[in-house]
Amino acid sequence: MDIEVFRSDTRAWLEANCPADMRTPMGEEDICWGGRKFVFRSPAQKQWLEVMADRGWTVPSWPKAYGGGGLSGDEQKVLAEEMQRIKARPPLQSFGIWMLGPALLQFGSEEQKRHYLPQIARGEIRWCQGYSEPGAGSDLAGLQTKGVDTGDHFEVTGQKIWTSYADKADWIFCLVRTEPDEKKHTGISFLLFDMESAGVSTKPIKLISGASPFCETFFDAVKVPKDQIVGARGQGWTIAKYLLTHEREMIGAADSALFAKSDLAEDAVSAIGLDNTGRLDDPMLRAEMGQFLVDEICFDAHLGMTGAYMRAGHELGARSAELKYLGTELNKRRQSLRVAAGGSDDLVWDGAAYDAGQTAKDWLRSKANTIEGGTSEVMLSILSKAVLKLPG
Amino acid sequence: MSMELLSEDQQLIVDSAAGFLRDGHSIAAFRTLRAAGDDANGAILPELAEMGWMGIVIPEELGGVGLGYRSAGLIAEELGRNLTVSPFVSSAILAGTALVSAGGDIGCIWTPQIAAGGAVFALAVDEVAKHRPERISTTVTGASDGLKLNGRKTYVVDGAIADRLIVTAKRGDDLCLVLCDPQVAGVTRAPQMMLDHRNAATVFFEDVAISEADILAQGPAAEDVLAKTLAAGRAIGAAEQLGVAKAAAEQTYDYLRTRKQFGVLIGQFQALQHRAADLYCELAQVSSLIASALNALDEDSDEVETLTRAAKAKMARVGRQATEEGVQMHGGIGMTDEMDLGLFMKRDRALTEFLGDAGYHTEWILRQRCI
Repeated sequence: MDIEVFRSDTRAWLEANCPADMRTPMGEEDICWGGRKFVFRSPAQKQWLEVMADRGWTVPSWPKAYGGGGLSGDEQKVLAEEMQRIKARPPLQSFGIWMLGPALLQFGSEEQKRHYLPQIARGEIRWCQGYSEPGAGSDLAGLQTKGVDTGDHFEVTGQKIWTSYADKADWIFCLVRTEPDEKKHTGISFLLFDMESAGVSTKPIKLISGASPFCETFFDAVKVPKDQIVGARGQGWTIAKYLLTHEREMIGAADSALFAKSDLAEDAVSAIGLDNTGRLDDPMLRAEMGQFLVDEICFDAHLGMTGAYMRAGHELGARSAELKYLGTELNKRRQSLRVAAGGSDDLVWDGAAYDAGQTAKDWLRSKANTIEGGTSEVMLSILSKAVLKLPG
Repeated sequence: MSMELLSEDQQLIVDSAAGFLRDGHSIAAFRTLRAAGDDANGAILPELAEMGWMGIVIPEELGGVGLGYRSAGLIAEELGRNLTVSPFVSSAILAGTALVSAGGDIGCIWTPQIAAGGAVFALAVDEVAKHRPERISTTVTGASDGLKLNGRKTYVVDGAIADRLIVTAKRGDDLCLVLCDPQVAGVTRAPQMMLDHRNAATVFFEDVAISEADILAQGPAAEDVLAKTLAAGRAIGAAEQLGVAKAAAEQTYDYLRTRKQFGVLIGQFQALQHRAADLYCELAQVSSLIASALNALDEDSDEVETLTRAAKAKMARVGRQATEEGVQMHGGIGMTDEMDLGLFMKRDRALTEFLGDAGYHTEWILRQRCI
């Protein structure tokens, strides 16, 4: 289809179908995660998810056969631009969309794709990711959760940690050591199972921000049918690495999705004021902000170029580590500057005033950005070996 | 390592530029020029013109090839990598942009000359040690039939070899862009050799007789032409600096892969690996920013000022990182003239100062955001 026809059709459709309430700025609590337990915050949120899912536009790039929109790279870009034009909220966000979906598209069987992907696209099943363990953080491949082959199923026993929203998720995609005699990286399999299975329990972890987005997740002899393995036995690490590249792209690019992107400059001026030359009345902070603004413009340009590169059909591969590193380090600086600009107002923790400490909580939350999904140091090690080919 | 998508034409430019410069105008050639005290590299101009580079941003109807700024940036990056001495930025980019955007008869006369390499132009915009194009005490005075140009311009890159200068001056409160033949009475040029073995001249104008026809643009029109010209120069200057930085970084990565100490390759040390990888990330993102700035120039978008200034500011910081890390990671050998790192460091430093450093352009961005 001619791209400009697609644009005008899309514009008209969005105008007609995107509820007015879904065109306003959103906070973290407004995200539609979907799933069995999800409670819609408004009828408009539910309606928006349904009409978008009917069109396959919750996952515009996926094939239509799996609940996607089947859009070309150019069409995806147009859809994103047109949604941005009317400030339409994303109808659905989930680890299913960001991570499991791409992994299934690449490694899943046809049957698995037809079963799991439409559920993700429609927001029916909410997924969590079972990767890290108490003894396997940066050294993820050292994971010890075991899956014992009992003939018709795997019996999974062990513990995961930092499982995002495990207490709210319906299913988990999980790395499990099924081949104990194989080497570290080749003994892992990629299993899918229901969080309501007998033997699964979760315990939220309270973080420095006061929130509990992460859980400890325990598996006590959980029975996982054998057809719920993705790829071959022992192929889990390959799938995990592929999926991590998607996670890193997502985290690297996600500052706008996960954090309110208020105008830093405006906030600083209203809190600190200007001197008699019209400059922020805090020269050191101003200088730091200047460097940050330049870096922000730079990273936005890089994301734009990277997006075009990927839409042209290229894979980022190890270079997803580059986006992850740059994006998360930048976001930490952004949050530090926001708190510095706000002064004590932004250190208010409780109550109705000053957004109930949201700025301070965002600032604290951002400290995890350079840890989750692989630390900055792990990213630099990956780049030095995979891209720069420095000796190991 | 680039993620920017290039058209077939652009890829051809990169390949032919890399080949041409490697064969005749490499760093070895730069060292030969330096040893001979030659800061002009006169032989290169007809070759650049022959390849169409001198007319790269000049439209075909004005005698150029009109391939645009993105393509010009790719050439500049290769010039940077090879430390090639040429009037490409001064004449093809700065004067090319100024004359094309000024329009008028006088532009039409000179643009084919620039493209053909028949004349070299230089831009005289600064009067102090830092780039401050808004501070102008050079004046155009007198009645229309007897105009005089008076003042002094500093660090005019290629000013000593230029056949014509484009000079910023004030006529009353109006900005003027004045075309000036440096051979006429009243113009004195004092060439200075800079640390990067490039020439920058101080040019004195004392009651230089000019005519109305020599005024390329005046008032708001001149402001527009100058803004466009400086934006183009910043982006292309940053692209050249990117080439310098990438060359320094690549030599450094190579060294990390081959140099042994303590019985191991030094690239095995995580302290160095992480610094090298950080540099790599910075180079990757500044590459994208510079490409975006050049695309904005080609599209004449509203983002030109912001992107070209951000590109120049960011490149100054990344260029310094690349060259300083290069010397440090090489250790003592990196301090020797025999290695190229010092040459990169000197060229990088000069390009940082050229058309404004990180502080200057960051200040503009802060002011634009009203802080």
